[in-house]
Amino acid sequence: MTTLNINGKSVEVDADPSTPVLWALRDTLGMTGTKFGCGVAACGACTVHINGQPTRSCVTPIAAAVGQKITTIEGISNGRVGKAVQAAWIAHDVAQCGYCQSGQIMTATALLEGNKKPSDSDIDAAMAGNICRCGTYQRIRAAIHSAAKTLA
Amino acid sequence: MDPALIATRLAGQARTSRAPGKLDRREFLKLTALAGGGLAVAWTAPSVLAADEATAATPKKPIDPSAFVKINPDNTVEIRVNRLDFGQGALTALPMLLAEELDVDWSQVNASLAPAGEAYKDPIYDIQMTGGSSGVPNSWVQYREIGAATRAMLVAAAAEQWHVPVSACTTGSGLVRSGAHKATYASLAAAAAKQPVPNKVVLKAPADYRIIGKGKRRIDAAAGATGKKNYGIDMRLPGMKVAVLVRAPTFGGQVQSFDASRAKAVKFVQDIFEVATDLGGSGVAIIADGYWPAKQARDLLQVTWKAGVGGLVSSDTLFASYREAAKNPKLTAVKGDVSAAASATKHLGGEYQFPYLAHAPMEPLNATFEVRTDGATVWAGTQFQTIDQGAIAQTLGIKPEQVSLITLPAGGGFGRRAVPTSDYLREGATIAKAWRERQGGQAGPLKVMWSREDDIRGGYYRPAHLHSVDVALDAQGQVVAWDHVIIGQSILKGTPFESFEVKDGIDGTMTEGVAENCYALPMRLRITHPDVAVPVLWWRSVGNTHTAFVMETMVDEVARAAGMDPVAWRLARLDAKKHARRIAALKLAVDNSGYGKPLPAGHAWGLAVHESFGSVVAYVVDVSIDAGRPKVHQVTAGVHANQVVNPIAAEAQIQGGAVFGLAMTLPGFEITLKDGVVQQAQFTDYPPPRITDAPPVAVHFVPSNDPPTGLGEPGVPAIAPAIANALAALTGKRLRKLPLDLSSA
Repeated sequence: MTTLNINGKSVEVDADPSTPVLWALRDTLGMTGTKFGCGVAACGACTVHINGQPTRSCVTPIAAAVGQKITTIEGISNGRVGKAVQAAWIAHDVAQCGYCQSGQIMTATALLEGNKKPSDSDIDAAMAGNICRCGTYQRIRAAIHSAAKTLA
Repeated sequence: MDPALIATRLAGQARTSRAPGKLDRREFLKLTALAGGGLAVAWTAPSVLAADEATAATPKKPIDPSAFVKINPDNTVEIRVNRLDFGQGALTALPMLLAEELDVDWSQVNASLAPAGEAYKDPIYDIQMTGGSSGVPNSWVQYREIGAATRAMLVAAAAEQWHVPVSACTTGSGLVRSGAHKATYASLAAAAAKQPVPNKVVLKAPADYRIIGKGKRRIDAAAGATGKKNYGIDMRLPGMKVAVLVRAPTFGGQVQSFDASRAKAVKFVQDIFEVATDLGGSGVAIIADGYWPAKQARDLLQVTWKAGVGGLVSSDTLFASYREAAKNPKLTAVKGDVSAAASATKHLGGEYQFPYLAHAPMEPLNATFEVRTDGATVWAGTQFQTIDQGAIAQTLGIKPEQVSLITLPAGGGFGRRAVPTSDYLREGATIAKAWRERQGGQAGPLKVMWSREDDIRGGYYRPAHLHSVDVALDAQGQVVAWDHVIIGQSILKGTPFESFEVKDGIDGTMTEGVAENCYALPMRLRITHPDVAVPVLWWRSVGNTHTAFVMETMVDEVARAAGMDPVAWRLARLDAKKHARRIAALKLAVDNSGYGKPLPAGHAWGLAVHESFGSVVAYVVDVSIDAGRPKVHQVTAGVHANQVVNPIAAEAQIQGGAVFGLAMTLPGFEITLKDGVVQQAQFTDYPPPRITDAPPVAVHFVPSNDPPTGLGEPGVPAIAPAIANALAALTGKRLRKLPLDLSSA
């Protein structure tokens, strides 16, 4: 058993220590909001926060996450920034298929936690690790600017 | 309301609905799923179809009671959507159509995806499907008529109760009113169900629209933003196991032998066994409690493979063979006279190359199977419900009606979830069946999952193509002959669609975008469809992905050779009446773009316009080159898609389509093969556009109340040629191979 702290709660995971946080979340804990896109940290769909840092859960073994604070899309609305980002995502109708959006929202929230008024190039730099095959990038930029305004 | 009664009565009407407007070849189809799998496809002449419609009042099979609309006791309305929603917004747009005519407030409306079912077949194609940008166009009449007929029955019920004429009743916000009388739709439901279904309904005039044409956000936006939206891959059932399938490195390859001793020792791995795979191959299935142990086992599995039949393709030799084939094409698709080429003053053109392309939707392919003694339930985000239902039934050795296929939202698809041969569902069903047999008939549900590597290497690509174009000009720069050759695999040969899309051996999905010859050129178009052992499939906008590039870059070159502005050249060649929509879209894009104004050093303007799936999209772009990549600074789109039902989603489809199409130009965005083995496997070596590649796209629609045309695909074709035209203006060099090689620019 591995004990993880997820969204402020302590949970037991019966899985091999090499198991990525992604699969502990999805298969063991039934928290499917975090998505599988590539398995090699190339697309960002699986992004969670570990101690506030956007982290690719598909390559982070649970053994490495013990004692760390994991936040997922299911818990991001507990924070003021996460809530504002989610609201902006809805207001701007960002999602098309929506599959990558959990990861996009997690990365955007981490950006705004550290940069209250990001420029377009700040946004591009922060979001470049998150692929969206539907091509929602323009609305992602708009939603991040809009969330920044509501948080100001 | 008794939904059963209304739905049954409406069924006849629903089945006779058809998209108005221009008929194309696809609208004459009658497709019927066959018991035991497969699909019957018949070509129906328009006159026969009209006669058929007149007598089609009786549905073939009983309709699901709550097929399309249900009014709940709390006066909310649930609308079923007979399409997959994989980002294009059908889950929102189709309910908008129905709610408009039902006269309810949008806030009262809930929507859900319909399972596979007779009632949900496309009223025109007669299969349940999502593709060809046909969702709104083909549902335009059907969904509004169902709403209008239901409303008429509610009004009739109220009028009867209140002893007033129907004409004295009004509706709105889910209420019927007349003088001092007022009743909710919910309270009238039982009485409405007893009313006769109107033979004819009058649909609203555009001036009366309260929902159509007004932007609505995705109906599932909140669920999406909070991680609560469940896709196929998110299926969880008690006792469910996860399967992965290790396929051969070559298409149709087979297992020679395998050693699972180490793989089987992985904790939580249940079983490992050989199964038949797609294309006559075989592979090794791994069943585990979750994806990770299955992946661990996969990494430890030792397999020796036998190559598949049909030759081991290499991209280099393939294009060399296509080049040879282009010297002597077998079939003539457009029979124009090109004899003037011999005496021409000048020739333009050359050879164009387009690689195989994987769809790479964000959600890897998957499906969940629960196989029982009495049948099976399957959960999948598929574009082809009734075809897949038949294929699954055939694989399991049961009847289609024994397969309950539940449609779940999909994380993209772009064509990959519309497979005529149902490859991933047949494979999944094969594994589920074998697993159940190995468990002595007592197996729980099984989720079959693809990895990203499986997806990129898995075939069903946009076919590779070679175009060879010789454009002959006279001394004034006028085109005197346009001799065009296309070599590429047929997508539809050997599929159930062959009989209608392939005419005289020519697959219309390869020649679309050239054969229409909108610029009225003296054109000859010849083709060959080589047989190549690489499975191919439609990729968002299908043949237009390559034909638009060739046509729109070539005419740009012709215009410049004639010393004409490329906009002026196009406008001069387009027929004012026949191509009025194309002209309007092009002008709209140009007028809103600042086209022609001076740009910063190192930038250039480019443009292209293309019609596909009934809609025209013109792009004007501002492009520079940044470290060997095209850098698109701004895109202005002019779009003619007739009546836009949901402007918010329509804009998104064009913006997303532009990014999707832009991918074709980017370094590395190609699938190549060497000795039958796909050389790419991940987003790292098959890199889609990232936010850093994505320009702002300003979208302008030509106002229209004509019946809607497609929007899911038409945003794709014109972007790559617009970019290439800008780059040619910038560098003076024409690049005829995608992805673009700007390493020397």
